[in-house]
Amino acid sequence: MTATSLKVSSLAYAYPDGTQALFGVDLTIGRGERVALLGPNGAGKTTLVMHLNGILTAGHGSVEVAGLPVRGDTLREIRRRVGLVFQDPDDQLFMPTVREDVAFGPANLGVRGAELEQRVKDALERVGMLEAIDRPPHHLSFGQRRRVAVATVLAMEPEILVLDEPSSNLDPASRRELAEILRSLDVTVLMVTHDLPYALELCERSLILSGGVIAADGPTRSLLADEELLAAHRLELPYGFAVSAH
Amino acid sequence: MHRLPPQCKLLAAAAFAVAVVATPRESFWAFGVYALLLAGVAVAARVPAPFILRRMVIEVPFVLFAVAIPVIGLGERVDVLGVSLSVPGLWAAWNVLAKATLGVIASILLAATTEPRMMLLGAERLRLPRLLVQIATFMLRYMDVILDQMRRMRIARESRGFVPRDIRQAPVLAKSAGALFIRSYERGERVHLAMLSRGYTGEMPMIRELPASARQWGAAALLPGLAAATAVLSWSLT
Repeated sequence: MTATSLKVSSLAYAYPDGTQALFGVDLTIGRGERVALLGPNGAGKTTLVMHLNGILTAGHGSVEVAGLPVRGDTLREIRRRVGLVFQDPDDQLFMPTVREDVAFGPANLGVRGAELEQRVKDALERVGMLEAIDRPPHHLSFGQRRRVAVATVLAMEPEILVLDEPSSNLDPASRRELAEILRSLDVTVLMVTHDLPYALELCERSLILSGGVIAADGPTRSLLADEELLAAHRLELPYGFAVSAH
Repeated sequence: MHRLPPQCKLLAAAAFAVAVVATPRESFWAFGVYALLLAGVAVAARVPAPFILRRMVIEVPFVLFAVAIPVIGLGERVDVLGVSLSVPGLWAAWNVLAKATLGVIASILLAATTEPRMMLLGAERLRLPRLLVQIATFMLRYMDVILDQMRRMRIARESRGFVPRDIRQAPVLAKSAGALFIRSYERGERVHLAMLSRGYTGEMPMIRELPASARQWGAAALLPGLAAATAVLSWSLT
């Protein structure tokens, strides 16, 4: 049994207005796994993601990252361990230059000077964006901005990388480039998406979140081959796309 | 000039402005010295004159105001080309024009040799209120994003046949402005979440050290130093 990166136990959450979004989510992700979290809009995917680094705190149940529970007094370390990549890179990249943006996370952790510079360069190198280090984010293409957004969390050396809809708004080439980058990273990945082919391409295992609970958990290929299962949770493969179970 | 740390330049420009403002308006020669000093800086920084002149357009409202003072001013009057002008008004106009022009040129030189980003880093080094510096930093980053959003909203309006012809269309524009405000506000919340996710605790970490050596401070002190000496001299001569 490999070490556990992420463990969520009977997590339930209701928004302050009373809307219940999660009804007891259980999931475990082992170190080094790449897992897709699939689900239609409104299934509670984003709400679940917000719990992983303590932006929302559990109404009931618990979240543990590599054995450390998400609590008020562990937030700092939790946010280092969980690297959240938001859907809109313009939300993620808020500093005037790429260098400062990538440095923001590690600097908050107290890294300074030459070590900080090295972390920034390493992270940008890993996503192939080192040459953009001194450019302002708004001068980059959308695909480049998303890659820099990934670098901003890689620089914090996270235990687990959580990506919210990584393929959204990308053209096919950027989409492929990002996939290659994600595959080359030696880090645990949880990818939240309703882009089923992308999940199949990158993740061996998938979870289906529907109606605030984990409705299915298994090899991506066999989940996507099960048309009834997909239909029951408002998931569909793109037109002309078929997946065989083997 | 371009390579001087921004905090030195900011402080030098501010000190120069103080010296200029503190000079009695009767000391014409002192203002000549200030102008020569600025010209020297412009030459040293290789900022071409047309570049400065174009940017001086920003001063136009002040010029209009200054031109109006002698006409509407009170007190002793003098005839210039058949127009009766007030003498204290002329002095006041000269005072406003000379000092504002010198200040504007100094700011233009500062802006021409300092990137906006560096300006903010300099302000941070000078211990200006952090919150203000942070707000300005975000403005710098999101200006383009918001302008782009504004442009898309305009295209969306026009694609559906909207032509702003007169005042009756104002409510539509007002609603667009409101929508833009709400979108920007929501973006602000999302950005805040992104900051929290990367360990933000209310204070921006110091990412770029910008040390200024004694020599650099000395170089930057040259302009305000000479200006201050001129100001002191002009007071002792009057």
